[in-house]
Amino acid sequence: MTSDRLKRNVLLLIPLLLLLAACATTHDRLLDMDTSQVQLRSIQSRAFDTTDKEKTMRAIIATLQDLGFMLDRADYTLGVVAASKARADSMQMQVAASLRVTVTVRPRGEKQLLVRCNAEYLRSPVTDAKPYQNFFNSLEKAMFLEAHQVD
Amino acid sequence: MDMGSFLRIGSALLAGVLLLAGCAAVTLDKDLNLTPEMLAQRQVQTRRFDTTDEQKILRTCAALLQDTGFNIDESETKLGILTASKERDATDAVQWATYLAISVLLGVPIPPDKDQVMKAFVTTRPVGTEGRQVAVRVVFERAVFDTDGRLTKMEALNDPKMYQSFFEKLSKALFLEAHDF
Repeated sequence: MTSDRLKRNVLLLIPLLLLLAACATTHDRLLDMDTSQVQLRSIQSRAFDTTDKEKTMRAIIATLQDLGFMLDRADYTLGVVAASKARADSMQMQVAASLRVTVTVRPRGEKQLLVRCNAEYLRSPVTDAKPYQNFFNSLEKAMFLEAHQVD
Repeated sequence: MDMGSFLRIGSALLAGVLLLAGCAAVTLDKDLNLTPEMLAQRQVQTRRFDTTDEQKILRTCAALLQDTGFNIDESETKLGILTASKERDATDAVQWATYLAISVLLGVPIPPDKDQVMKAFVTTRPVGTEGRQVAVRVVFERAVFDTDGRLTKMEALNDPKMYQSFFEKLSKALFLEAHDF
């Protein structure tokens, strides 16, 4: 093999290795830090002009039920709701719940509640803004309140 | 460029595309958006009862689920929630016969369905003027596993008759409770 050819082969390997590296899904998954945390938090959070935690949590649960989720956990004191949803692709992946969400409610200042939703799909975090937008649009309808973007 | 390197670049590109497809984000557009079908489901799965006692409805639902063989998994009275599940046999004689016939014909064993896990998710909430009524919504779904323990089916149970029957039983139980001996 000439050195020219060898070089070309190595050059072909590099993008492949880079691609592999881009989807590496092992060690540093415990404390996922691959997207900017601040940016992700803003995508996943909305503020509502209410202090009624019970009403807000009930609206979240009703919305999740509307969206076809099954409830896994709910704790009023902690303000946490966890739910999951089966999708058609669950069968190929052999997971009973391919889409999982955790929604938390906590006070933001004196007059607002902050709702944060974390979604996980087929064992990886959802970092896209669109699904969260859709969720909060659905939640707005159940709350009869506008969801405010927070920084 | 000779044919060999052309092929090599081609296959490298193909592999790259496949890898990309493997980690591409899947769209979840339909999952977190309310659709008219979802709202229609809500109609089927919800009933209102003339009472102000939400806890009593939840208690009755728990008893009813227990009567029908469910085990309670999670509950939070303050939020009006109850979830329950049960495991049952999912053997279907027709499916067994069909799969057996196909297995013999193809010479490859196809495992038929064996077990199923059924889940129920109940929510209650006060509705109407001054919360004079309580709305109850129940959702049923099931997961089916074959003889190899593989998940073969995951479905929402959407037959309106099931929900009708659940609510009939619930109103009967509520009536009985109201006239406690």
